[in-house]
Amino acid sequence: MKVVYTDVLVVGGGLAGLRMAIAAKRRGHETIVLSLVPAKRSHSAAAQGGMQASLGNVIKGQGDNEDVHFEDTVRGSDWGADQQVVRMFVNTSPKAVRELAAWGVPWSRVRKGDREVIINGEKVTITELTEAHGLVAQRDFGGTRKWRTCYVSDGTGHAMLFAVGDQTIANDIPVHERKEAIALIHDGSRCYGAVVRDLITGELTAYLAKATAIATGGAGRVYRVTTNAVICEGIGAALALETGVATLGNMEAVQFHPTGIFPAGILVTEGCRGDGGLLRDGEGNRFMPQYEPEKKELASRDVVSRRMEEHIRAGHAAKSRFGEHLWLDITLLGRAHIEHNLREVKEICQYFLGIDPADEWIPVRPAQHYTMGGIRTRPTGESPALRGLFAAGEAACWDMHGFNRLGGNSVAETVVAGMIVGEFIADFCDSAESEFELPTALVKEALGVQRGEMDGLLQSRGTERADDIKAQMQQLMTDKVGIFRTGSDLQQAVDGLQDLLVRSRNIGLQHHADGPNPELVSAYRVRKMLKVALCIAAGALARTESRGAHFREDYPKRDDHAWLSRTLATWRNPEATLPAFEYQPLDIMTMELPPGWRGYGARNHIDHPDTAVRAEKVSEIRERMADGDRHDRQSALMPYEHLLPERYRGRNERIDEVQE
Amino acid sequence: MSSEDVPVGQADGAVAGRRLHFHVLRHNPRDPASVPSVQTFELEEAAGMTLFIALNEIRETVDSSLAFDFVCRAGICGSCAMVINGRPGLACRTLTKDLPQDISLSPLPAFELIADLSVNTGKWMRSMSERLQAWVQTQEEELDLGRFEQRMDPDLADEIYELDRCIECGCCVAACGTARMHDKFLGAVGLNRIARLRLDPRDQRSDDDFYELVGNDDGVFGCMTLLGCHDVCPKNLPLQTQIAYLRRRMAKIGFG
Repeated sequence: MKVVYTDVLVVGGGLAGLRMAIAAKRRGHETIVLSLVPAKRSHSAAAQGGMQASLGNVIKGQGDNEDVHFEDTVRGSDWGADQQVVRMFVNTSPKAVRELAAWGVPWSRVRKGDREVIINGEKVTITELTEAHGLVAQRDFGGTRKWRTCYVSDGTGHAMLFAVGDQTIANDIPVHERKEAIALIHDGSRCYGAVVRDLITGELTAYLAKATAIATGGAGRVYRVTTNAVICEGIGAALALETGVATLGNMEAVQFHPTGIFPAGILVTEGCRGDGGLLRDGEGNRFMPQYEPEKKELASRDVVSRRMEEHIRAGHAAKSRFGEHLWLDITLLGRAHIEHNLREVKEICQYFLGIDPADEWIPVRPAQHYTMGGIRTRPTGESPALRGLFAAGEAACWDMHGFNRLGGNSVAETVVAGMIVGEFIADFCDSAESEFELPTALVKEALGVQRGEMDGLLQSRGTERADDIKAQMQQLMTDKVGIFRTGSDLQQAVDGLQDLLVRSRNIGLQHHADGPNPELVSAYRVRKMLKVALCIAAGALARTESRGAHFREDYPKRDDHAWLSRTLATWRNPEATLPAFEYQPLDIMTMELPPGWRGYGARNHIDHPDTAVRAEKVSEIRERMADGDRHDRQSALMPYEHLLPERYRGRNERIDEVQE
Repeated sequence: MSSEDVPVGQADGAVAGRRLHFHVLRHNPRDPASVPSVQTFELEEAAGMTLFIALNEIRETVDSSLAFDFVCRAGICGSCAMVINGRPGLACRTLTKDLPQDISLSPLPAFELIADLSVNTGKWMRSMSERLQAWVQTQEEELDLGRFEQRMDPDLADEIYELDRCIECGCCVAACGTARMHDKFLGAVGLNRIARLRLDPRDQRSDDDFYELVGNDDGVFGCMTLLGCHDVCPKNLPLQTQIAYLRRRMAKIGFG
């Protein structure tokens, strides 16, 4: 029995995982990171446009602060988010940018004086402040009232991941590459680590840890058309689900990004529209202003993607041999801007489409992009169901995005959650309750079960092929669980996925060697992916309202009365073909920002009776404290600071809020 | 813009109909029975086909044991570097329409082979980073994260980013005469890292410190100026200029 002991086991080597590892290691806890791929190749690298932090250095960001970022994020979430967690996030995000600046991220900087920008299709000259010169710059993104997205050209995720990856090496944290956690070791109330498969040799090892932290990213690959990397298969969420105890939150909340290049689904950043790019239809006309007069191309992603599909349905698509699409026009930004601030976009267009986006329009159509749901945790990042199990980043649902995430808030979340959850992991490991006594029989059994599953697959004479099942799952999800959802489509998806799950128990392989066997990997993963896909599809079927990215054509209104709640999925019986759902209500009476209209999208929600009561209370407090300090006012509305680790509680300095 | 001159990209234009022959070097060094050999796969070319699409199709329809690495499939992560008709490059963004009918694929040389087209670049890069202490080395003091970030000239930030764009794909190492003969050579990827850190005012190290790291035959003096690295870099990093500049700086230190 091969066993590795450590204090902290981090599953996933992207930004969230590495940042948690650094936090734990700096507090003196031995930490190992497991990664499917070299850590710097993680999907975090693909974040292009930037991370939101209310620094307010650029002139169009003046007046920005945590309060504005908070409200934008909650509106973006369509009131599905945990507002205290959003507060924790917006207060820490500026600190994350500043930490990364010190770690070497070459953030694009403000240059004082006049510059020409494109706003709403028009050239405008704006003047940057002298006192902002050399500070981190911000660009515009969707669903925000201020220019808030800090960026490194359009290679933000890459630059961040390399800086954090380098800090991981500097802190002497081992990253065990090409190792995959395939099951958590637990006794139903406490998590003790994971069974880990070596993707090169096939060997199984038990990694035992006081704290196990999952940061495996999203589940985009359960869809056929996705911007996600091929490793984003939702396996971390499945590991938690398969414990039968841990829960997944809001899995039906799936984001579709407006500008996946067509047909490959590769992302081009929201920064294209933030910097002034326009969406055009088959006739070459700009169409977003007619649907969204307030925010136009820069409404939130769920709204823009829906409007695009609506416009295609109305017969305005451009047509190619691959099907219907729309155009993203960034030619008006000019070559110099594109080659300086949108260079990855230019490369992608050049290599995958054979076009120069400074001269030609980019064919785009919405593509699956982000998993708002994930492993349900407390604001500390710990699972309420399994002691010692933590999660952060896209794999987690602590829940700052609710039913729709704003652009620039995910790569920000990775490092912010890494900082915060990392501290709580360290606190946990410092405490006596993290010590455990573990019978070796339990470890042996966990290893034995997984060895059995691998051997079962390797020796199986089953007639099903893993890749076929995966392809059918992906097609079902893209066809039936997409942007526009209906009860009958979702029912078909759920039926089809259940059938595939049953069939996946009869997978046979053509190649029977352990070790670097991609067919074996595909086989054990697809069984996990199907469970995640079922949580999404069945969750969407059950939720008979429309909220954020979850849009039901047969229930087009957001229904706060019946559905202002978080979906929690568990998979108690391994033989089951469906998850069990529970719903956790969100308490309006403690909200800082009671539900209302988002400022874009449809105006047709059904109110909860508490909303009016709370709204009155909130405006009474706001009025009473109108002349006071904004932090005091915030604290009177919804205290949250006590939830943050002490080191991240402080205020953030700005040009208009200079600290002594 | 009127409807007549709506531009149409080549996504629409690629011609299908060719039957492609992929000659893939196959070997699993952990399997005692495995002997390196070239296996040929045939595939119908499709519009917009990349090597990512082609290799996956081969694996899904012909041989499910074929090993290769892709992650982002968008030219961003550097996982899929391999030798394509004799030249190191990123497979995910190589379109088959730009290649002849016969396509030879082999794993990157100079790295440990995992199997078939999959090599262990991660191990090599981590070891390089550790040897060079290739991270921004600041004074050891707790940062006050509530305070303004240190200012930086906007042009300098851009210059640093230019060199920071390296994705550690390994193409430069595979194309390097020195690295092929001398396994301790840091390669252009390592030298570019040092050039990037030298530029960065946040890194407190002096040229004397950098000389200790790269002022030798494993470092900048091992370069034979063949500059295959510069030719094959998928990110078009200015490797030629950076290596030449670094060598002049380091020679100056060396001569005192």
